[in-house]
Amino acid sequence: MIDYTKLLNNNIQNLKPSGIRKFFDIANEMEHVISLSIGEPDFTTPWHVRQEGIESLRRGHTWYSPNRGFAELRTQISKYYARRFNVEYDPESEIVVSVGGSEAIDLCIRAIVNEGDEVLIPQPAFVCYEPMTVMAGGKPVIIETKAENGFRLTAEELEAAITPKTKLLILPFPNNPTGAVMRRQHLEEIAKVLEKHDILVLSDEIYGELTYGKERHVSFADIKGMKERTIVVSGFSKAYAMTGWRLGYALGPEPVITQMLKLHQYAIMSAPTTAQYAAIEALKHGDSDIERMREEYDTRRRLIVDEFCRMGLTCFEPEGAFYVFPSIQISGMSSEEFCEKLIYAQHVAIVPGTAFGDCGEGFARVSYSYSLKHIQEALERIERFLDNIHNS
Amino acid sequence: MNKLLNILSRNAEFTTAQLAAMLGESEEAVKASIEEYKAQGIIKGTTTLIDWDKVPDSGVTAIIELKVTPKPETGFDDIAKIVMSYDNVESVYLAASSRYDLIATVKGSTIQEIAEFVSKRLSTLDNVIGTATSFVLTQYKGGGVVYYGDGDEQEQRSMIL
Repeated sequence: MIDYTKLLNNNIQNLKPSGIRKFFDIANEMEHVISLSIGEPDFTTPWHVRQEGIESLRRGHTWYSPNRGFAELRTQISKYYARRFNVEYDPESEIVVSVGGSEAIDLCIRAIVNEGDEVLIPQPAFVCYEPMTVMAGGKPVIIETKAENGFRLTAEELEAAITPKTKLLILPFPNNPTGAVMRRQHLEEIAKVLEKHDILVLSDEIYGELTYGKERHVSFADIKGMKERTIVVSGFSKAYAMTGWRLGYALGPEPVITQMLKLHQYAIMSAPTTAQYAAIEALKHGDSDIERMREEYDTRRRLIVDEFCRMGLTCFEPEGAFYVFPSIQISGMSSEEFCEKLIYAQHVAIVPGTAFGDCGEGFARVSYSYSLKHIQEALERIERFLDNIHNS
Repeated sequence: MNKLLNILSRNAEFTTAQLAAMLGESEEAVKASIEEYKAQGIIKGTTTLIDWDKVPDSGVTAIIELKVTPKPETGFDDIAKIVMSYDNVESVYLAASSRYDLIATVKGSTIQEIAEFVSKRLSTLDNVIGTATSFVLTQYKGGGVVYYGDGDEQEQRSMIL
């Protein structure tokens, strides 16, 4: 019998499985579970976008696409980022179309990090940055953001984490799981620190279309002097409800994109063809779809924040993405215990904050990519759960 | 404030506090808007959506199309008013159709009862020159809610990361 542990890569064997999974697995075993745990839009892709995908298949466009992605798609991405976020990229040399934003993150980290380089990762954050850094031979350096700062990364926190080995800063805003956003003045403070160092920035702007309130998302590349050191990662999943199409992109300086493209070419070859045809339509005629979905998310967000605060699960006002990150400290339980008891007692699935970093202790991630009716039912159950704790 | 109507049309059970939170307005403002909508006759009332197919002996529903000669002064309105006045008539619409002018949905305890109602009460009205009755076998959707199947659509999203 082969001892696989001796044959498999040590780094990958040492990676922890995602903490989100555990609760999914419990939920899967249970009847009548009502979940607020999924991190993808509940909307289906707008019909006109789906139609373009179907039409491309009907015409028999079933071949590989160019490694970088179709020229027409890159042109539209370039126009889109200029139109919505005020940053211009050359479709010929500064854009690569990837299999979801996730692949672009992986490409970016692997293209930049040398053995032993330090990668700064603000947490709580999406679960992929740390393992991808490890697999690239880098050393993840966690910066714990704080609730009292609205889970934003501050200049002081950044400055304190920088060493001569620091190579890359991940900027995951609007943030999954906290819903935190960095407004222009916050980004400018970060930029001031970075100006003094040779550090690149991976700005994960996948939730960039989902910010609430009057101010729109500001791309880090739009901050004076930052474009030359920033790789923007985004995609179609969240803005256009196109998760299953698996399409994202990276925008950045030509020397970085060139190396990322090499990796992409060897590992993936090219992003899905059908998805690219659909994405061109989304970029050309999808602005009103974004607005419609954003408004609906905003309605749900307001309801859920208000109800949680009323129940004593205080949350700072999330201004982006589709998550709230309430404090569960009132229960006297750990995040993990709270979520586990909640699912067993009331069959409501939410994700413990610790799944997104140790500093998520005391919090839980609640997704509102669900219908109002579904959210209302879940809120009633959560309130019942809290009442039972108080009365016992 | 169309957003308020939009939310209410999907679910009338939200409290004013919840509506206020969702709209980012004060409770007083929401209450005032609802009163105003009622006063203007925009909000007509609230009912409960019932899947009658699941209720034993709950009777039958028919959709009845009426071909009508409009009256010189009042057009179709007078006929519609007469049709509306029957308690077993649930809804009446004026249709832009070449075949029929009014469409009514009617509830009754048996098919015979509805057939009798149509032949004795509707067909005999002055200006009604023809009727066509269709009996409902299954209601798939109503009031924006899916009735057919197990109610709520199953979650199709996968649990990934």
